[in-house]
Amino acid sequence: MTVLDSKIPSGPVAEKWENHKFSTKLVNPNNKRRFEIIVVGTGLAGASAAASLSELGYKVKAFTFHDSPRRAHSIAAQGGINGAKNYTNDGDSVHRLFYDTVKGGDYRSREANVHRLAEVSVNIIDQAAAQGVPFAREYGGLLDNRSFGGAQVSRTFYARGQTGQQLLLGAYQALAKQVAAGGVELHTRTELLDVVLKDGRACGIVTRDLVNGEVASHSGHAVVLATGGYGNVYYLSTNAMACNVTAAWRAHRKGAFFANPCYTQIHPTCIPASDEFQSKLTLMSESLRNDGRIWVPDAFDDTRSPSEIPDNERDYYLERKYPAFGNLVPRDVASRNAKTVVDQGKGVGTLKNGVYLDFGAAIERDGEEAVRSKYGNLFDMYENITGENPYQTPMRIYPAIHYTMGGVWVDYNLMTTIPGCYSIGEANFSDHGANRLGASALMQGLADGYFVLPYTIGDDLAGRLGEPTVSTDDPVFAEAEAAAHDQINRFMSIGGTRSVDWFHRELGKIVWDYIGMERTKEGLEKALSEIPALEEEFWKDLRLPGSAATLNSGLEKAGRVADFFELAKLMARDALDREESCGGHFRAEHQTEEGEAQRDDENFAHVAAWEWNGTDSVQTRHQEELTFENVALTQRSYK
Amino acid sequence: MTQELNLTLQVWRQDGSSDPGHFETYAANGISEDMSFLEMLDIINEQLIEDEQVPIEFDHDCREGICGTCSLMINGQAHGHEKATTTCQLHMRKFKDGDTIVVEPFRARAFPVVRDLVVDRSSFDRIIEAGGYISINTGAASDANLTPVPKEAADTSFDAAACIGCGACVAACPNSAAQLFTSAKLAHLNLIPQGQSQRFERTETMVDTMETFFGSCTNHGECHEACPKEISLDFIAFMNRDYVKAKVKNRKLAGQT
Ligand SMILES: Cc1cc2nc3c(=O)[nH]c(=O)nc-3n(C[C@H](O)[C@H](O)[C@H](O)COP(=O)(O)OP(=O)(O)OC[C@H]3O[C@@H](n4cnc5c(N)ncnc54)[C@H](O)[C@@H]3O)c2cc1C
Ligand code: SF4
Ligand code: FES
Repeated sequence: MTVLDSKIPSGPVAEKWENHKFSTKLVNPNNKRRFEIIVVGTGLAGASAAASLSELGYKVKAFTFHDSPRRAHSIAAQGGINGAKNYTNDGDSVHRLFYDTVKGGDYRSREANVHRLAEVSVNIIDQAAAQGVPFAREYGGLLDNRSFGGAQVSRTFYARGQTGQQLLLGAYQALAKQVAAGGVELHTRTELLDVVLKDGRACGIVTRDLVNGEVASHSGHAVVLATGGYGNVYYLSTNAMACNVTAAWRAHRKGAFFANPCYTQIHPTCIPASDEFQSKLTLMSESLRNDGRIWVPDAFDDTRSPSEIPDNERDYYLERKYPAFGNLVPRDVASRNAKTVVDQGKGVGTLKNGVYLDFGAAIERDGEEAVRSKYGNLFDMYENITGENPYQTPMRIYPAIHYTMGGVWVDYNLMTTIPGCYSIGEANFSDHGANRLGASALMQGLADGYFVLPYTIGDDLAGRLGEPTVSTDDPVFAEAEAAAHDQINRFMSIGGTRSVDWFHRELGKIVWDYIGMERTKEGLEKALSEIPALEEEFWKDLRLPGSAATLNSGLEKAGRVADFFELAKLMARDALDREESCGGHFRAEHQTEEGEAQRDDENFAHVAAWEWNGTDSVQTRHQEELTFENVALTQRSYK
Repeated sequence: MTQELNLTLQVWRQDGSSDPGHFETYAANGISEDMSFLEMLDIINEQLIEDEQVPIEFDHDCREGICGTCSLMINGQAHGHEKATTTCQLHMRKFKDGDTIVVEPFRARAFPVVRDLVVDRSSFDRIIEAGGYISINTGAASDANLTPVPKEAADTSFDAAACIGCGACVAACPNSAAQLFTSAKLAHLNLIPQGQSQRFERTETMVDTMETFFGSCTNHGECHEACPKEISLDFIAFMNRDYVKAKVKNRKLAGQT
């Protein structure tokens, strides 16, 4: 028995969304202004949602811990955004994007959601172009496309290497317009600390003003969490420093099920760490794999410089193992293969922690200028960080954590298991299954924010016309504020010896070692004993100088790291229970003879959604069965 | 092999917006040249915590040179001396062993200090809210390829849109003017077909809003020198021309009502 109702509409997959939009209850345009909606997070998902909801007439309050919506982590996305426009006439279609995404997700996502995503992908491109997002164009002035991350059609729209920045500026500007018009009340440098419920329904949030430390309550008819992914549980990741799970986690503690936490994505092309003080890892766009060839020396512990290693003593291992896809195999396959060769002792660089990504052949073939025009900014960035010139010597790359497919469980309307509380963008678990395809996160965040939530939110609100919001004087808010104060005071009074960063770094090492690219039963059990031990130490030995009544980034981090501890335990449990390999979740015990992920569709074609049972008990695992009526389940093969 | 540096830092400390603030001197020893400037500050902060002192607050997030959150005047230069580089992308190999480095917040009337090295740059958001958008409600867009954009216009618009809103231009300007930022934002939208219908209205409201917060431009060009994205001064000229036209056109339109 499952308590999860995904509310997937009936009918053929290609008609579900259309039918659903028709049968969804509507809120009359004049009545929309009587509803107040809280949107937490103003990245791509949150900014697009807040702007669109406000345009529709809803009263919106938007929150971000950043000093401006334009700073959200979405800004860092480089490569591009998918859209099934078929402008290139190479056979793309909504159905193909749907198919590729379900397959790419290793058959662990909902067909209905993915189809909707593919359908609205075309509207996103139109919307963004109309906002002035400077997508790459051809000489005729029409939009240019490229193929990206394992796709065999060119459906990726891009804006140099700064697609996320430009899309976010578009969404931010749409939001700014609504702020100016008085439709959105924007709270910057304000962090959500709790989701507040009254009679089982979300009625508001509790926040902390990061500048003066003030804890305050805000009420609304609905709460939308658009707070991004939890990749920073690994400490080192390609995420911005402040990315965190706090909003999602605090909602989880209040009753929102957390789905598939073990589905995390490793990006194959990042710059390897140079020392232990490394604070984050930098992604090199995956588009580099279009022209770069990946290799390691044949010999173990080869200390020669790459130029001294002749071609016949190099192992172009992806081209060798996957002749059809070569260097363009999906991210998880590319990442795991890099780990394999580095673990074998063939890693390159001083710390022997990378593989080569070599542009020698491309430069010889197309000339340095052509390569520069395609990747110039990425090459500059690489040189700036490493001090090495990639036109002359191959880049060194290694996988790093990049994206989290898991997240808050939502139904087809994007509502969590807390009525009235929604989750969109990377924060929810929805559309990518066990593995996200390149250029699909921007698409999903904007799909949720521009084109899905603004309709689906009406379904629940329509029946609540005339219901007032819960007053912030209500005891439910006072209790939540008191709990927030308690936690802050607790942090400030530990008076231990170690910094938050120290604990975060140590936690990250455990999570990377045991819940990283490759998981084993033994390792996961180790994680489940080491994480709680470190967590206990954290609560005893944390040192947090300064005051809670001023800007105090240590205090902000402490709250985030406390949540990462709890999340890490759930990730380990989820990974342990999922006795199969799929997408980003690779259990060494479950692999094919060729070393590929071995799914177990009979027992695991489901979503695992975890229900909070209190701090001292383990969460309950619920299952949402996945049915595949349109895409046949096959073993992925990129040979 | 990696070199290590021993440095002396003079860092601006300010306990909130009403505190007058002062410099503190810190030793930064054994700094790897592969570290970024902010990683070096992380290490200083670890030491401060070790010594039970309050760590230095500074703004940062992506550490990839794209979010525009990091700031800092380093030896009197916004984002330090390295051209076209944000503070987060500035690496310690650009400094010499034994250097003394002075670290201050971005200083401008429109950027009040929040704490230590953190300043409030929300006046930039006010400029955007004044018109830095194209009014197109969600769902109202027609097919993207119905509006071809000449590649040159698209490319120049992009050059302007590359601005990360960091505020270095303001911090570097002797007048604390925000012409480079505002003109970049304007040019991004004013150069392309989609932005035409609101072009002159947008120009007037954004420039007027800018002037309520920031100083006037006297053509020093320091902004461009400091800009991590090398936003061109040509955009300021473009903005000025559009502003003059706006004054005429908007008045004419107003006269018709
Ligand atoms: C380096 C990099 C490159 C990428 N490249 C691509 C790409 O080419 N194509 C692609 O499709 N995807 C890419 N991705 C993934 C994609 O960028 C993200 O998944 C997506 O942008 C997430 O958007 P979001 O709106 O869900 O979250 P975010 O952009 O992370 O926004 C989160 C928002 O929530 C706020 N917030 C969080 N917690 C709180 C809280 N407790 N209180 C208040 N506010 C809070 C933040 O302030 C922020 O405004 C990339 C990711 C990385 C790391
Ligand atoms: S114009 Fe340059 S210096 Fe000014 S805000 Fe933009 S990127 Fe920063
Ligand atoms: S921290 Fe994002 S630009 Fe420097």
